[in-house]
Amino acid sequence: MLDDFLMRAALAGLGLTLATGPLGAFVVWRRMAYFGDATAHAAILGVALSFGFGISVYAGIIAVALGMAITVASLAGRGYAMDATLGVLAHSALAFGLVAASFLTAVRVDLSAWLFGDILAVGRVDLAVVWAGSALVLALLVWRWQALLTATVNEELAVAAGLNPRREALVLTVALALVVAVAIKIVGALLIAAMLIIPAAAARRLARGPESMALGASLIGAVSVLAGLFASLRLDTPAGPSIVAASACIFAATALVRRR
Amino acid sequence: MQLITATNLSVRYGGVAVLSGVDFTVGRGEIVTVVGPNGSGKSTLIRALIGAERAATGEITRTPGLRIGYVPQRLHVDTTLPLTVARFLNLPRRVAATEAAEALARTGVAGLQRHQLAALSGGQFQRVLLTRALLSRPDILILDEPTQGLDQPGIAAFYRMLADLRTQTGCAVLLVSHDLHVVMAASDRVICLNGHVCCEGTPSVVSAAPEYRALFGLGTGGALALYQHAHDHDHEHDLGHGHDHSHPHSHEHADA
Repeated sequence: MLDDFLMRAALAGLGLTLATGPLGAFVVWRRMAYFGDATAHAAILGVALSFGFGISVYAGIIAVALGMAITVASLAGRGYAMDATLGVLAHSALAFGLVAASFLTAVRVDLSAWLFGDILAVGRVDLAVVWAGSALVLALLVWRWQALLTATVNEELAVAAGLNPRREALVLTVALALVVAVAIKIVGALLIAAMLIIPAAAARRLARGPESMALGASLIGAVSVLAGLFASLRLDTPAGPSIVAASACIFAATALVRRR
Repeated sequence: MQLITATNLSVRYGGVAVLSGVDFTVGRGEIVTVVGPNGSGKSTLIRALIGAERAATGEITRTPGLRIGYVPQRLHVDTTLPLTVARFLNLPRRVAATEAAEALARTGVAGLQRHQLAALSGGQFQRVLLTRALLSRPDILILDEPTQGLDQPGIAAFYRMLADLRTQTGCAVLLVSHDLHVVMAASDRVICLNGHVCCEGTPSVVSAAPEYRALFGLGTGGALALYQHAHDHDHEHDLGHGHDHSHPHSHEHADA
């Protein structure tokens, strides 16, 4: 079954949505959309560095994405004007990544695969990495769910209850770096944030509680993966962007549903 | 027995002292009202007591295992986060549905479970916040300006409910209010704060019914009382430094 490239692609996409649903919900609730973008764009720099130093691409991406996420989080803690700061960081990371990649023939040849994903080229090892990474992120979020949700509703409520909101924010930061690392093969660095935000935003219209929104985001993400792959096959369009386009269509459809 | 004690507490924001040399304590089952003008450091004191603010000097001690039921002044729930009352009451600790229903009934908002938090009126929202705080079976309830936006009968009703809760559960109540003169009648102590503790006393209950009615109108049922400030120092020239106020506790500042 895993011999079929299409089957591997579908399974990789579905595995990813396990994590992007609940994490995307937190990204939307905590207004971290640009934060996600900055982290995802940093992944290109991670790819270039891992080729340059000859280390595992996943390790390189996780390291750089985590570095970027922690930088952004600590700047936010010091009260910088976040919109401009995130804009500077997100685009600088991408620019430096592209510049660094231009020095490396191996990356330059394949640059569009890193930017837009290459889900149809997902191998067995990649598939295992995607599922393991997603399962890890999901487990992390389920474990910290109550604390994360409390800190998201109000930080002081969390503190008064003996929780540490900074630690919970760090959980999300780590989860984000992991998702970026496993998602880059599927939708590419430029569209990872879209996989987090669009399904969650679409699920908002249909959900009455945080759990149903997170679950809905995963389901909408899964439908988007399958629809995008199908469209890509039939219309010969790039798979990653087709998946994001499919979830954007679902978002547009749910926007017509009366908000509850 | 003291639940929370602040000793010589100072808090600074970017070098500016918001609180300096504050000594403050709440005992088991006590009702303490903190009053002070805007910017007097009331919310900062509360934040420091719950552990959300770092002390520049001094220290805060809490009874080990102290359960704090905190009711914030404002709670903005992002519109992207769907949250029913029932789900909110389960944060951070999950509670049984029957327990939640009883607690809602106790605070006078029975049956709101399925409502979205964002759809509640100001008064309902305040009571739901209180309900959540109560569900943690707190040793102390800490409320930051809980009566903001309520009219006088509403304030009186809220104060009566707090006094009843103290009687029923024995939990202490720490209440912050910007109303300098009209306080909760059941307060055991009133503390006036303005960067430092200005004065401390008990509310004076207006006993003669006609005078009370003249002051507060009908429908407040004795829940409100006046607080007579006994300031022995001038506020215009300084905020807590360099003046000679006669509180026995506030002389030896150890600002280091």
